[in-house]
Amino acid sequence: MESLIAVLVGVLFAAGTYCLMRRSIVKLVIGVVLISQGANLLVFTTGGLLAGRPALVPPDGVAPPAPFGDPLPQAMVLTAIVIGFGLTAFLLALVTRAHEAVGDDDINAFNNTDT
Amino acid sequence: MKYFILNQASRLLFPALLILSLIVLYRGHNLPGGGFIGGLLAATAFILVGLGDSMERAKELLRIEPVKLMALGLLVAVVSGMPSLLRGAPFMTSEWLPGFALPLIGKVHLGTPLVFDVGVYMVVIGFALHTTFSLSELAYTEIEEHEE
Amino acid sequence: MNEYSLLLTLLLPLVGAVCLLLGHRSLALQRAGGIVFSSVTFALSLYLVYVVDQAEFVVIQVGDWQAPFGISLVADRFSAIMVAVSSFMGAAVALYALAEIDEARLKKFFFPLYLILLFGVNGAFLTGDLFNLYVWFEIMLIASFVLISMGGEKGELEGGLKYVCLNLLSSVMFLAGAGIIYGKTGTLNMADLAHNLSVAEDVNWVISSSMLLLVSFGLKAGIFPFFFWLPASYHTPPSAVSAVFAGLLTKVGVYALFRSYTLMFVPIFPEVQPLILVLAILTMVTGVFGAASHFDMRRILSFHIVSQIGYMILGLAFMTPLALAAAIFYLVHHIIVKTNLFLVSGVVIRLKGSCDLAKVGGLCRSAPWLAFLFFIPAFSLGGIPPLSGFWAKFALVKSGIEIESWWSVAAALLVGVLTLYSMTKIWGEAFWKQQPEGVGAGPLPNPVGRLSYMVAPIAVLAISTVAIGLFGEPLFNYAERAAAQLLSPHEYISAVLQPNTEVLP
Repeated sequence: MESLIAVLVGVLFAAGTYCLMRRSIVKLVIGVVLISQGANLLVFTTGGLLAGRPALVPPDGVAPPAPFGDPLPQAMVLTAIVIGFGLTAFLLALVTRAHEAVGDDDINAFNNTDT
Repeated sequence: MKYFILNQASRLLFPALLILSLIVLYRGHNLPGGGFIGGLLAATAFILVGLGDSMERAKELLRIEPVKLMALGLLVAVVSGMPSLLRGAPFMTSEWLPGFALPLIGKVHLGTPLVFDVGVYMVVIGFALHTTFSLSELAYTEIEEHEE
Repeated sequence: MNEYSLLLTLLLPLVGAVCLLLGHRSLALQRAGGIVFSSVTFALSLYLVYVVDQAEFVVIQVGDWQAPFGISLVADRFSAIMVAVSSFMGAAVALYALAEIDEARLKKFFFPLYLILLFGVNGAFLTGDLFNLYVWFEIMLIASFVLISMGGEKGELEGGLKYVCLNLLSSVMFLAGAGIIYGKTGTLNMADLAHNLSVAEDVNWVISSSMLLLVSFGLKAGIFPFFFWLPASYHTPPSAVSAVFAGLLTKVGVYALFRSYTLMFVPIFPEVQPLILVLAILTMVTGVFGAASHFDMRRILSFHIVSQIGYMILGLAFMTPLALAAAIFYLVHHIIVKTNLFLVSGVVIRLKGSCDLAKVGGLCRSAPWLAFLFFIPAFSLGGIPPLSGFWAKFALVKSGIEIESWWSVAAALLVGVLTLYSMTKIWGEAFWKQQPEGVGAGPLPNPVGRLSYMVAPIAVLAISTVAIGLFGEPLFNYAERAAAQLLSPHEYISAVLQPNTEVLP
């Protein structure tokens, strides 16, 4: 299962990078979103993929019975998803405004501040 | 333009959603739920009124500007970390009142994590509604420009 | 008591932002609050430096969850001085902002966001947890995203888009690197991570994830080859915003690099050292050549951020006590001087309506005080004795000679000369030559506030540059003590993990 997810992470990163290389700013946003989802999935997988093995200590024990799923990566991913959600919303708004200001969705038109 | 069914439904659903959001907020420390989800639910209540009636009505019901709600929520969250400092424990250490029983609800535990969650609840409502209200203003100006 | 100084320094900007949001209708309150909260933070941060210098480490285990399970806030000498200098810039630029940030921006919550930016920067300096560092980065970035694109003008939006996209990618790299490290070691506490890696038998796998972090921090710091977004975006927002970005944000990346390679990744540093050395040299050289080819004051200054970052990374690559002390001294000097130069460029824009060197001139005659105030930071940046930049460069070059790294010494000296060339170019064009006929735009119409609000912080920063140059010994001694701390990571580890290192079997 982990190796399947690993391939999926790779595909997400590859697809995101491909979108980033395109010239449309909308695809730029899609690329950033895909890559950040890839990273989220990567972090999620680091906790181990175990169905139905929560890290709960039984009433008479001192440690959860091994193997158990690590809850910390899930908390991290949740944080990262919320942050990513906010940033994506901001990026979309920014792209809309920038598109209005520049009047083109071609990245090559965004060269007024370049060097 | 108002849709009759949505309008009437939003009146009924508004208090129901708010109460649900409070329940979700309260149970969040040990069960699925919490300030974030509760806050989103409460924000949906206001957005539903905004769609069914008008955004002005939703603003009236909120009574406080979303930005101020966000600020107050941050303040509540920061302050929730302070009580532990009084007894010399590190910042944000959980402090609990002794549990007591209430009719209907059962055993009640009140403590600083709940206060922190209330802060998150307020921040999320404030953030979601600030975004919604500004976007709706943007949308209305665009529609007006289009009609002209 | 010590813990309170750390906590207050960290939380005060957030409390300030909350207060300003609550009173967002009153613009007078915004202005006053921005100054009061940033100045009090600065005062507290000075106290934090004093406390940390006495106590070596101040550690808070947030929520009483002992490390490595909870989040630790750690102040050592290096992070304390970084907090102090950035709070100093925060206060100075807040005063400057009075005269530059217009009502429209104030109404879009300029000062609350500004305080949240300082909150994020201080948090990044003070955290002892890798994932928490990611969160602080994001807080800082969200505030900076809004600040850079706030005006809604074409240039700002374009520059903002580039800034936002590259920084988002850098965050993704950081997240991926931190995730892999967690998956392999099962900890995110920097001290615990350093401990685990120092006793692990095989650490070579860490090289790949440390490279992810290197790319991420390098993007934020603007090192070669990841610097291209910086000169494309830093010259677009108002000078107060570019100044605080130029002074602080890239330094957070540098700080994170220092923290990684002096604490967490010490076991693999020998393998990575040549790479960092080459990157540092290339950063210095490309930055300074980029600056030489430009003719706009703020673009030149942006490229000089890149080249100066190279010096600091060079100090990291040498990794000797003197080199690290020099790099820390360099960081302090550079934050003050670079912020100051961007502030001066804002005054030039205000007086002449532009900072394109082809369109301005004659400032030496029309504003001799400004010429004087530009002269000090500019030539400090170039490394002219007895200003602060000279001692910073001198110590760094000396440490390079000690370890006989001739190429890097040569590059450092060459880049110093070229920096001086850029500064004399600005001096000659903007200040010395006559105002060119028919191209000047004239002073800005409807300036926001009094010019003295702009000049006061510039003068204070210039005086501190001179003071560091003339009486810099206490600061350099402090930097040496900070470097000694960085070079003995076991002290950091035992300070953070002290009570219960042996909790887990």
